[in-house]
Parts: sequence; structure tokens; C-alpha cells
Amino acid sequence: MPMWLFFFLAALAVIAALGVILQRNPVHCLLGLAVNLLDMGVVFIGLGAVTVGFLQIIIYVGAIMVLFLFVIWLLNLQAEGLSGYLGLKFFGAIGAAALAAELAVIFLHAAPISRLVAAPATQGSIASLGRSLFSDYLIAFEVTSVLLLAAVVGAIGLARRIPSSVAADRDEQMRTSISAPVTTDSERRERRSA
Amino acid sequence: MTPISYFMVLSGILFAIGVVGVLIRRNIIVMFMSIELMLNAVNLAFIAMGRQIGSIDGQVIVFFVITVAAAEAAVGLGIIISLFRNRATVNADELNLMRW
Repeated sequence: MPMWLFFFLAALAVIAALGVILQRNPVHCLLGLAVNLLDMGVVFIGLGAVTVGFLQIIIYVGAIMVLFLFVIWLLNLQAEGLSGYLGLKFFGAIGAAALAAELAVIFLHAAPISRLVAAPATQGSIASLGRSLFSDYLIAFEVTSVLLLAAVVGAIGLARRIPSSVAADRDEQMRTSISAPVTTDSERRERRSA
Repeated sequence: MTPISYFMVLSGILFAIGVVGVLIRRNIIVMFMSIELMLNAVNLAFIAMGRQIGSIDGQVIVFFVITVAAAEAAVGLGIIISLFRNRATVNADELNLMRW
């Protein structure tokens, strides 16, 4: 990747990331995040990871960002004011700046990564990635499919609206178990009918 | 050509911005977005170092990280919706029921 392109993409990524954490309106934060992820996808492609770069753009920007947007719209979130503990924010910002400076110093002085290597031409193609994925990482790949299934079931179970009769029943059970731990079924039925 | 260390520095800066986002924002959804920023910064470090050592393993790990991030986003947003339905807030400071 040429130097000027890297600096352009890096500046765009940092500005978009700052937009994520500084904008008041959650939708604007999300737009900043989408720009940042798109920019990172381009950086990945520039680094030779073509497949992963496109996957990043398709999955992150195309799917996950839309999911976030739907949730923000569903919850009807408005712009928020300044709240919380200002001391935590102040020291958090200073600590994170120190972390960034430390990482920058370490990486810029690490001799092995300061010189350039030319990657082989086939690196990052679908063929090489797929070959690695289905040979060395086959078990991890299969476990990932189970993970995705569990996530789908879990997300539906979490976001499902509980029918009001079941919810009322559950609330009453909790209340009775807190006030009087030992209640028989007949007592509970009486209380519900009362 | 750009040295790999520059990419690592960019990764560190983006990670630090994500940390600041989690610390200074109280909106759970924005904190969640900051976590995605951090994940992405680490992905950049994986790809850059994989390029440096001429191995494809970094890209495979990024592939898995993207998958896990998708699962995490689905479950996390489900939790946020459930939370909003029960408490009608997404402010992390107001969710102190289990606080000691």
C-alpha cells in the first residue's frame, strides 16, 4: 500500500472512530462506525487480505450495522446529554491516551516490523483461505457453526415478547415467593382468583 | 510501501479510542459500538502481523473473529431490547439493580 493512501485511510479511520465516541445522536455514532469499518475493509484489501476485506464489508457494514440501526430505531433513542461521573471520563481519557502513546512507541521501535516484506501473490485469495480453513482449522470452523446456531436461538429467546398472561403469572409467583416462601398450589390459586 | 509498524500504531490508536468510548459513554448501544471498534482494531493487528510473517493464519483468525462478532451483536442487541422493554432505559448508570 502506498504511503499517501495509508495516511489518508488512517486519518479517515481515526476521524470516524472519534465520531463514534463523540457524537450525541446514536444514529450519527453508527454512521461513524460504518465509515470506520468500511475504511478498515479497504485497509485489509490493501494489506493483501482480499477475501477478509470483502467479508468485513459484507458482514460488518452490510449486516451488523443494519442490525444496530434497526435496534436504535426500534428503541427510538434520542440524542443524550452529558451524564455520569466526569472524573471517570477524565481519567479514562488520559489513561487511554497513555495506552495509545505506549503502543505507538513500542511498535515504532520494534525492529522486526519496521522493515518491509513483499507478500506472495496468492496470499489472501479465497482459495488459500479456504484451504487453510478446511484443513488446519476444520474443528474451529465446525464449532463456529454450532456457535452461530446457539446465537440465533439465544437472540430469539431473549428478544421474544413474553405473552402477557404468562408474564403476569410469573410476576405473581415471584411476588408470592418473596413475601411467603412456603405456599401451596391451592393457596396460590386462591390468591390469584381473589 | 508502508512499514507494518505503521499499521500496528493505527491499530493501537483505534483500540485506545474504543476504550475511551466504553469509559465515557453511558448509552449501552454506543458502548457496544465501541467494543466493535476495539475488535476491529485487533483484527487490523492480526492481518498486519500475518502479512509480516507471510502466514495466512492471521486472516483465518480474523474470519473467526468476524463470525463471533456477528453472534455477539445478535445476542447483545437481543439483551438490550429485552432490557429496554423491562426497564425503559439504555443508560448504564441507571441499571444498578445488582449493584453492591
